[in-house]
Amino acid sequence: MSKPPVATVERDFTDIVVGFARTLRHAGVAAGPDRVQAMLAAVAELDAAEVAQVYWAGRLTMCGDPEDLPRYDTAFALYFSGGTASYRDRATPAPTVLRAAPFETDGDSSDDGSDDQPSFSVQASRQEVLRHKDVTALSSTERAQLQRLYALLRPRVSGRRTLRYGPAGRGRIDLDRTVRAMLRQGGEAGRLAHRRHRDKPRRLVLLIDVSGSMSPYADSLLRFAHAATRCRPSGTETFTIGTRLTRITRPLRLRDPDAALAAAGQAVPDWSGGTRLGDVLKAFLDLWGQRGVARGAIVVLCSDGWERGDPTELGAQLARLNRLAHRVVWVNPHKGRQGFAPATGGMLAALPHIDQLVAGHSFAALEQLVEVIGHA
Amino acid sequence: MPEFEQLTDPDALATALRQTGYLPDDGLATAAFLAVRMGRPLFLEGDAGVGKTSLAQALAEVGGAELVRLQCYEGIDASQALYDWDFPRQILHLRAAESGRTDVDPAALEKSLYTRQFLISRPILRAIERSPSVLLIDEIDRADDEFEAFLLEVLADNAVTIPELGTIRAEVPPLVVLTSNRTREVHDALKRRCLYHWVAHPGFDREVAILRRRLPEITDQLAEDVARTVRRMREVDLLKPPGVAESIDWAQALQLLGARRLDPERAAATLGAVVKYQEDAARIRDTVLAELAG
Repeated sequence: MSKPPVATVERDFTDIVVGFARTLRHAGVAAGPDRVQAMLAAVAELDAAEVAQVYWAGRLTMCGDPEDLPRYDTAFALYFSGGTASYRDRATPAPTVLRAAPFETDGDSSDDGSDDQPSFSVQASRQEVLRHKDVTALSSTERAQLQRLYALLRPRVSGRRTLRYGPAGRGRIDLDRTVRAMLRQGGEAGRLAHRRHRDKPRRLVLLIDVSGSMSPYADSLLRFAHAATRCRPSGTETFTIGTRLTRITRPLRLRDPDAALAAAGQAVPDWSGGTRLGDVLKAFLDLWGQRGVARGAIVVLCSDGWERGDPTELGAQLARLNRLAHRVVWVNPHKGRQGFAPATGGMLAALPHIDQLVAGHSFAALEQLVEVIGHA
Repeated sequence: MPEFEQLTDPDALATALRQTGYLPDDGLATAAFLAVRMGRPLFLEGDAGVGKTSLAQALAEVGGAELVRLQCYEGIDASQALYDWDFPRQILHLRAAESGRTDVDPAALEKSLYTRQFLISRPILRAIERSPSVLLIDEIDRADDEFEAFLLEVLADNAVTIPELGTIRAEVPPLVVLTSNRTREVHDALKRRCLYHWVAHPGFDREVAILRRRLPEITDQLAEDVARTVRRMREVDLLKPPGVAESIDWAQALQLLGARRLDPERAAATLGAVVKYQEDAARIRDTVLAELAG
């Protein structure tokens, strides 16, 4: 290619923009058809022969997020430098959630037992045993059985009073509604309407450690996060922490738990790596928490507290988190074990700054977590 | 807007903005130019204090239009953003009409209740009625997400429909500027209808120019010192890196103390104008101010 595509005749410009949008989509920018229209309209207002103007026309219309900007720049440089739309295929498939939490299929034969009709009580108690069993000790069949139960979890968050008023039986007099009722009755005074501040559930923020030491629990915790997201999609934010911070709120909004977990697994680059809790928590607070995500929220941090970095940094960041959030709940799966003492460096640094420390190693422990969140 | 018609390219708009005291960079000027030309809302994101709100003010000045500002907050709804009926006045009107008369036509009376004079226009309706206007929807991320859906409707047809009164349409659609500090992710449906621009901190030269523009009395030396030091502060990883608004405040504070250049004592004394967290202040004292003292 000798000439940059921008300089070619105007007639072809639509093709060029459509091709560019394809490149952008490969790069991970959601450049839909309406955005293509917008870019064409924008270019029409500017000088199409000027690369800088085309750059801005595209950037202003095709992007919708600060994270889009570097992708856009790369794609733009690639496409308008005479390259073709063949963008490097998006990454090698990341390890999925299921791969990361390996369980050996043992020859467990609890289901094909010799007694053909297990009595109801036996089944019920088996369920009960499953609920209390540590998720790392489950066989694959048991795990499959338990997975269906996650959909039943309803992590509801306690409410807080908002500025907004709602109708109430008593409380302050609602002037607007009273007068509106009067108007309807031709100006005759009737019943007084009252109003009170409405309650709105707080935001729930889940921070899930996906480092190597936590990977056996990651699947279970992510299913919990999915249940919470299903319960209140707009009020739940989920991040994974490890060596870096990844926001997986969007993938978790998929309805099907397995699809959601697979999509989340794709998004997380640092699966089963190390942990730099302090640094990653700082990144969370800088990018999201302090701007509002953690403000007045219930923050649930799921980690075993194995910190590779400096535990004092973790302590400082948790203190910051504690000042922003309404409640900080730490879920440590090891707490479910006999003789647990918060001995890891990270855990010791964290203890003064958390409101509650709960287990989370079994389904029953997660049910308990639902309770804790509901009353926080 | 007639004033905007004469501006034929982004550079012309940039020049006009500069005359009002707002110094845009290329991207921002192009964004504003396209917003005017394409009639699309401009969606500005960026750290607090980088000049998102001031752009709307400057645009209103350039366009000779009224600036109508809608500050969003949690719980805002249509009656605070769009319009509301003035109920007490309606009642008074009703009572006055009834008093001493028996031959009132109920239909006509009811009709007279729902007229323009009893309608209180809130910012969005005001922006639509008083064209030309610039509608600034500030900190949209603070409003609930239901409010976005409602905004979409209004922005789509630049008209407000009041069931009792009919549709009020803007003669000239207002230029809409939305700002967000990114405390919450705004829905894609809203962003898609807008031109999206991320407002970054200005470069050194532009920041010096902004300071000199905003504070005409300032010495060149002080403006450069402040711009350089604030830039350095943005590098040292603060809880809240200072924006342009903070550097203007700081420069003004220093100027009021009679400073002609930045010296460590005055810098320490006025630090509260530029950093707003105790942890940040401690860190700045250890790093930037220590460097300043040499």
